[in-house]
Amino acid sequence: MKPTQKAAGAAANYVDERTGAAKWLKKNLTKVFPDHWSFMLGEIALYSFIILLLTGTFLTFWFDPSQREVIYNGSYLPLNGLHMSAAYDSTLRLSFDVRGGLLMRQIHHWSALIFMSAIVAHLFRVFFTGAFRKPREFNWLIGVGLLTFGIVEGFLGYSLPDDLLSGTGIRIAEAILQAIPVVGSYLSFFAFGGAFPGTAFIPRIFIVHVLLLPGLFLALITIHLMLVWYQKHTQYPGPGRTEKNVVGYPLMPVYMAKAGGFFFVVFGVTAFLGAVASINPIWLVGPYTPGQISAGSQPDWYMGWLDGLVRAAPPLETHAFGHTISWNILIPGLILPGILFTGMALYPFIESWFTGDKREHHLLDRPRNAPNRTALGVTSIVFILITIVNGGNDIIATHFHLTINGIMWFTRVGLFVIPPIAFVVTKRVCLSLQRSDRDLVLHGRETGRLVMMPNGEMLEVHEPLSDAKKWTLTQHQRPEALAAPLPASATVGLKGKLRARMNRAHATQIPAPTLTDLKELGEGHH
Amino acid sequence: MKRISSFRRTRIAGPILVVAALFTIGTAFGVASALPGAQTPMTTGTSTLVSQGKAIFLRGCSSCHGLHAEGGSIAPSLIGVGSAAVDFQVGTGRMPMADMSQQAMQKKPLYNPQETAALAAYVASLAPGPSSVTNESLAYERDGNSALGGQLFRTNCAMCHNFAGQGGALTNGKYAPSLMGVTPKIIYEAMITGPQSMPKFTDATITPQQKLSIIKWLQAANHEQNQGGASLGRVGPVTEGLLGWVLGLGLLIGAAVWLAMKAK
Repeated sequence: MKPTQKAAGAAANYVDERTGAAKWLKKNLTKVFPDHWSFMLGEIALYSFIILLLTGTFLTFWFDPSQREVIYNGSYLPLNGLHMSAAYDSTLRLSFDVRGGLLMRQIHHWSALIFMSAIVAHLFRVFFTGAFRKPREFNWLIGVGLLTFGIVEGFLGYSLPDDLLSGTGIRIAEAILQAIPVVGSYLSFFAFGGAFPGTAFIPRIFIVHVLLLPGLFLALITIHLMLVWYQKHTQYPGPGRTEKNVVGYPLMPVYMAKAGGFFFVVFGVTAFLGAVASINPIWLVGPYTPGQISAGSQPDWYMGWLDGLVRAAPPLETHAFGHTISWNILIPGLILPGILFTGMALYPFIESWFTGDKREHHLLDRPRNAPNRTALGVTSIVFILITIVNGGNDIIATHFHLTINGIMWFTRVGLFVIPPIAFVVTKRVCLSLQRSDRDLVLHGRETGRLVMMPNGEMLEVHEPLSDAKKWTLTQHQRPEALAAPLPASATVGLKGKLRARMNRAHATQIPAPTLTDLKELGEGHH
Repeated sequence: MKRISSFRRTRIAGPILVVAALFTIGTAFGVASALPGAQTPMTTGTSTLVSQGKAIFLRGCSSCHGLHAEGGSIAPSLIGVGSAAVDFQVGTGRMPMADMSQQAMQKKPLYNPQETAALAAYVASLAPGPSSVTNESLAYERDGNSALGGQLFRTNCAMCHNFAGQGGALTNGKYAPSLMGVTPKIIYEAMITGPQSMPKFTDATITPQQKLSIIKWLQAANHEQNQGGASLGRVGPVTEGLLGWVLGLGLLIGAAVWLAMKAK
C-alpha cells in the first residue's frame, strides 16, 4: 500500500470510529437513481437556489434596506442631486461603484427567474407523469408550498431596491391587501406601519426576504429531498422496471459527477445571462415617488398571471354598511389565486378520490396514457398563459400594433372559452397518440421503403418493433386499473354522480393490443 | 444524389432547412426594402411663402380640414394651432394621414422642408399660435439640467412614453410613440402643441428651461450605453421573463438532455 493510501485509510478509520459513518455511507453512496433529463428540472431549481444564496449574501454587504431620504451623489450622473431612499441609493452604488456589484445583481435576478421557471417546469413534469400519486402526496404539497413561497420571495426581492417599478408593485400589493373586506385597511396599516409608503415596509420585507423565507426554503427543500431519498425516485416504464425496483446508476460516482457538473452548468448559464443581458436596470427606471408611474409597468413573469387577472377584471364595486367591497381586485387578486392554488395542492387527493386508486405508484405514467389528467393540466396551463399574455398587454399592444382593449376583451372571453377547447383537443390528441402506439405495436414502424409486388401493387415495408419497445408501449394499466369501478353506494347523490362522471372520464382509453389481435393479423401481413 | 437523400432523413435536416429558409427570406426582404422608392417631385412656388403654402393646403389638406382651415366633421380646425403644429405633424409625416386609423402614424414626410415651411407660414398667418423652432435654437446642452429633466420626464411623460422613452400603449389602439431618435425640435414642438392624445404643456406648466432639461435628459438616454449588457428593449420584465424561459431554461434543459444522454 502506498503511504498516501495508508494515510487516507487511517483518516477514514479515525472518523468512522467516532461517527460510525462508514456503514451509512456504504449503503447510501450506492443508492440508485433512474436517469432521465426531465428528472433534472428540480435540480435546476435547487442549484439556482444555491446561486441565489451566494449572490444574495454578496448583495447584503452593500445594500442598505432603509427608506431614509438621501441625496444621490454617485457615479451615475443622470440621477445626481436627486432625492431618493437609502435603499435605492445603495442599489445604485452597488451597481456602479462596487466591483462586480452589477454582475452579482444581474446573476441574482436571472437566477431568480430561472429558479421560478425551473420550479414550474418541474411541477409540470411531476403532474403530467402522475408522480404525485401515493406515496408522494406530501412531497407534492411541499412543492406547492415552495412554489408559493418562491412567488412571494421573488416579489419581495423585486420590491427591495425601491425603484419606480418596485414602488408600483408594492402599491398594487397594498391595493390587494386593502381589498380584503372589513380588515383590509387595518392589515395595510399594520404592514406599512401607517400610510403608504411610510418608512417601515422595506426594512421589514428585507428581513423576510433574506432571513425568514430563505430559512423556510432550506427547511422545505431538505424535507423535499429527504422524502425523495426515503421513498426512492420514480422511474419511467420500460423493460425490467417494476413498481418494486429502481433501475439506474449509483449515486457514487455517476450521480455525484453528473449532479456536481450540472451545478456548474447552471452557474455558468446564470453567470452568462448576468454578463450579457441587462436585467432590471433600476437606474433607467428612476427612484420611486408615489406621484410617478411608467407606461408598461410589469411584474416579473411569475407574478404576470396575477397582474393579468387584475387587468382583465371589470370595474365592480359594492358599497354596504359603510364598507366598499372592490370585487374588481378581490376576485382576481385573492379569490381566484386562492382557488387555483388550493385546487393544485389538493389535486392528488381529488384524483385518488374519483379514481378510487389507493395503491402505491413508483412507475410513471406516459402523459398520453392518462388523457384526462393531461388534458386537465393543459387546460390549467392555457388558462395561466392567457392571463400572462394579458399581464403584458401594453407591451404586446405597442410591439404588435394591437389595441389594448382588444387584448383585454380577448382575455375576458378567452379565459372562459379557450381552456375548455384546450381540454377537448388535448384529450383527443392523447387518445390519437394511444392509437398510434397501438398501430406501431401491431404493424411495426413505417420504414419509408416502397416495394413493388409482381402484380404491380405498391407496398410500404413495415419493420416490427423490438420486444423492449413493444413492452414500453403496452405496459400501462388498463382502464379498470386506471380508475377502479366504484361501488354502487359511492355514486349516490350529487357528489357521488360527480365522482362517477369523473371516474368514467379518467378511464377513457384506447384498448391496447392483445395477443388475440396479434394472432388475427397473422404471419403474412405487410 | 444518394448523399442528399440520406441527409434528408437525418434528424438535423429539418432545423437546418428552416434556418436556411429564414435566412433566404430575410435577405430577400432586406434587399427589397433597401431599394430606393419613388421621389416626390419638388414643387416650385412663384409667390410668397404664405400664398405658396395656401396653394399646397388647398391641394393636399383642404378636403378634410376645410377650404379655410376651419375644420370639418373628420378633422379639427387649424386656426390658431400655429406653425409649430404644422412643423410637427407634416414634418414627421403624420399629416397628411394615410388612412383614418386610430392615430396618425409617423412615416416618410410627403412634403419637403420648403413645402412644410410654406404650409406652416400659411397656417400661422390665420391666427397667432405656438411657433415652430429649429434644432439650432434649442440650447438644451447649455441651459438644460439632465437630472431635473429625468425627474420631470418621470412625473409628466413616463406614464405614457415609458420610463426610458420607449413608448407605450394607450386605449383603443392609440399609443405614445417611442422618443428614441426623435430630434429635439420635434420633442419641443410636441410639448407646446399637444398633438393627438398628448396634453399640451404650456410655458406655465413646464417652463421653456424645464422643457430643455427634459430634452437634454432624453438625448442622453438616447445615447446612453447599455450598462450590464443587452438592453432587451428597455421595456421591463416582459422581455426579461421571455429570455429567462427561452434562453435560460432552454439552455439548461438542453444541458440536462445532454447529461442524461451520455449515460448510455
